[in-house]
Amino acid sequence: MKDLQIKVIAALLVIAATALVYHKNTELGLPLLPAEMNDVWTVEARISFQANGGPAKAEFYIPHKPPGFIKLNEDFISSNYGLATDYDKVNRKALWAVRRAYEKQVLYYRCEIAFDEASYQSRLQPIPSYPSRPVYGEPHGSAIGAVLEEVRAHSADTITFTRELLLKLNSPEPDENVAIINKAGIGKAEWVRQVINILAGARIPARIVYILQLQDRIKHGTLVPWLEVYDGKHWTAFNPVTASHGFTPNTLVWRVGDDPLVTIEGGQPAQVEFSIARHSRTKVSLAEQWAKQVDSKVMAFSLFTLPVHTQNVYRIILLVPLGALLIVVLRNIVGIQTFGTFMPILIALAFRETQLLWGVTMFSILVAIGLMLRLYLERLKLLLVPRLAAVLTIVILIIASISILSSQLGLDRGLSIALFPVVILAMTIERMSLIWEEHGPSEALNRGIGSLIAACLGYLVLSNETLAHLVFVFPELLLVVLAAILLLGRYTGYRLTELWRFRAVLFSNKNKTNNGDAP
Amino acid sequence: MISPWRKLREKGILGMNQRNADFIMPYNKRSHYPLVDDKRATKKAALKANIPVPELYGTIEIEHQIKQFQQLLKNENEFVIKPANGSGGNGILVIAGKNPNGYYRKANDALISQDEIQYHLSNILSGMYSLGGATDSAIIEYRVKFDNAFQTISYRGVPDIRTIVFRGLPIMAMLRLPTRESDGRANLHQGAVGAGIDIHSGKTTLGVCHDSLIEHHPDTGARIQGLAIPHWQQILEMAAKCYDIAQLDYMGVDIVLDKELGPLMLELNARPGLNIQLCNDHGLLPRLHQVENLDSIPAKAQQRVAMSLDIF
Repeated sequence: MKDLQIKVIAALLVIAATALVYHKNTELGLPLLPAEMNDVWTVEARISFQANGGPAKAEFYIPHKPPGFIKLNEDFISSNYGLATDYDKVNRKALWAVRRAYEKQVLYYRCEIAFDEASYQSRLQPIPSYPSRPVYGEPHGSAIGAVLEEVRAHSADTITFTRELLLKLNSPEPDENVAIINKAGIGKAEWVRQVINILAGARIPARIVYILQLQDRIKHGTLVPWLEVYDGKHWTAFNPVTASHGFTPNTLVWRVGDDPLVTIEGGQPAQVEFSIARHSRTKVSLAEQWAKQVDSKVMAFSLFTLPVHTQNVYRIILLVPLGALLIVVLRNIVGIQTFGTFMPILIALAFRETQLLWGVTMFSILVAIGLMLRLYLERLKLLLVPRLAAVLTIVILIIASISILSSQLGLDRGLSIALFPVVILAMTIERMSLIWEEHGPSEALNRGIGSLIAACLGYLVLSNETLAHLVFVFPELLLVVLAAILLLGRYTGYRLTELWRFRAVLFSNKNKTNNGDAP
Repeated sequence: MISPWRKLREKGILGMNQRNADFIMPYNKRSHYPLVDDKRATKKAALKANIPVPELYGTIEIEHQIKQFQQLLKNENEFVIKPANGSGGNGILVIAGKNPNGYYRKANDALISQDEIQYHLSNILSGMYSLGGATDSAIIEYRVKFDNAFQTISYRGVPDIRTIVFRGLPIMAMLRLPTRESDGRANLHQGAVGAGIDIHSGKTTLGVCHDSLIEHHPDTGARIQGLAIPHWQQILEMAAKCYDIAQLDYMGVDIVLDKELGPLMLELNARPGLNIQLCNDHGLLPRLHQVENLDSIPAKAQQRVAMSLDIF
């Protein structure tokens, strides 16, 4: 009876999901595969500030015809604010205003851009006047003079001059003149301003430009200062650190100039955060437009209507049920023993950031060190909760030490260890040490390796791009996952490990008659 | 070549998934679990039903009582400390005597100080061994002096007899023999030897250690097969009677034999393990199905035992 109920429910779930997927795929044209697409980026700026209670005004620079991109659309999300945009031939600004604003205010600017070769235009505006030579203090003056003299000797025009200068200033082994000049941290806005100031010494017009590096799934991005110099005809961009020429492909030029990015009247200074996401938007956005035309209710409630920031969270959360299904299979059909039911999934999520090999190595090191210290703690005879707290603290200390150590060794991946779920690790170490003491090391290692295998398989599932795309574009597929989980919930067959466990029965040649077998 | 799955099915082997889904979940009411999981409640109910159990010296419920644990002992130097809600034989400490220098002696002859015993008690109270990690109590009880019948085939510690009782009928039994590896404990997954018992004759059949068949005890070297269990009829009746107090249709009953007091019921288990099938070289399924198909089950334990002996 129960079995029938479950089968009916599972069948209904699968039918509903398949119907929805079919509708979305054929009628609305949502792609089933993540491949073959132009990069389309959704960039969202989130401006938050504390209002004073009276009228409030916010001015915020927004991109205008960024080189190399076309803007598919843009949105200003600002509940009750009045909005105007302003363009002064160099920069574009959004102006928000409201009569009364209390407490925390959040404004969003969102735009979708697509990479477009054709929109690489020469940047001509504005035509600058040649800067007058600044008066440098000593000993700066003579150092800068000497550097400029040397750079001039090694260059032919403005472009080569700038590149030569940047290379010299960024040299890992600065000569004494450069050492005197270099004060600001390399790569910061401070630094770019200083370079502009030095270029003025050679009467080369230069300006600061703020860019956004486009990378998928950035949640708290910031603008990066860049350098542009005027060679008499157009503005040419330079990476202020590597001195490479022009903008890299995934660079969005946000604005020109050095005024504050956002100005608030009637409130506290604002915070700006950028979220970036890459999508299969080419097809999906077409589908969305089409859905709007036919007034589809299905798309009106899709995950794409959420803010990008939240979308990125859901891209990960929606994968978790797949991991849970994997655990069900591993435990009830294969019969692998793990520490804690869903601990391997949390570890697998951490592996997504660290990559598999690093993840497994760091996890093993962490657990091994933790276990050694925990076995020592056993001698101190601590009570349970303080002991757990001590293990937790130790885990965090080990993580911090590994991060510092790997940073010293220049192993960037080592830093991602900070993403391991520390509480889960502490519980794992605690349980492992209990099993170590009660059932011996072999049992403890057995389960530890079981957990690790489960985590690795979980990583393979959770890092699969096709699966990630499918569950995000077609979240109704999780109904199929649910159906599978329900069906497996009534699986009463043998686990794979039980075949091994009862191998004595399998290999016994004695054909014992089951005298009491029911007919 | 038939698939191993089918072969196990043909042998009537009960797997973990099927045990949980087809027997424990439908047959055992959750509300009856606390009586089985809490050893104090089990003891109380057993005494009421005239089932002999090891004498309870006392319980320790709060941290403060730990310091005075010796007062509960009434000058006994041999005792057993257990978590009231423990599982899988974890957290059991057997004290076999006290040395003149104030140290206690464990069953494996290792010395243990009073401080260490108190730490163990405190671990039990904080829930280290309880199901789900909830706070727990510790019980201190009589240490069973095991019957000489088993002397040759057990290594330090008390052998016990596990009987699977389904709907009140004992359907399969095994003798669990401690080994050096299991450190005096009778839990198979800790390395103890399991020996099947023929329900009819009460004689041991096969021996199993770590999933493989053995003929001799790994530590003492004595032959396992053919040993007659003393008081067998009484043991079967006690096991059947436990159904009346626990009201669980599918359970395991653990009984020990004391030299002076005879069979004592040690504990009940709502989720008994599956290894019993190995050492009996017989799957549980055919027997479970037979009992499932019975129209009526007699109310009296004696009659149920007679019925079991009749069927199996």
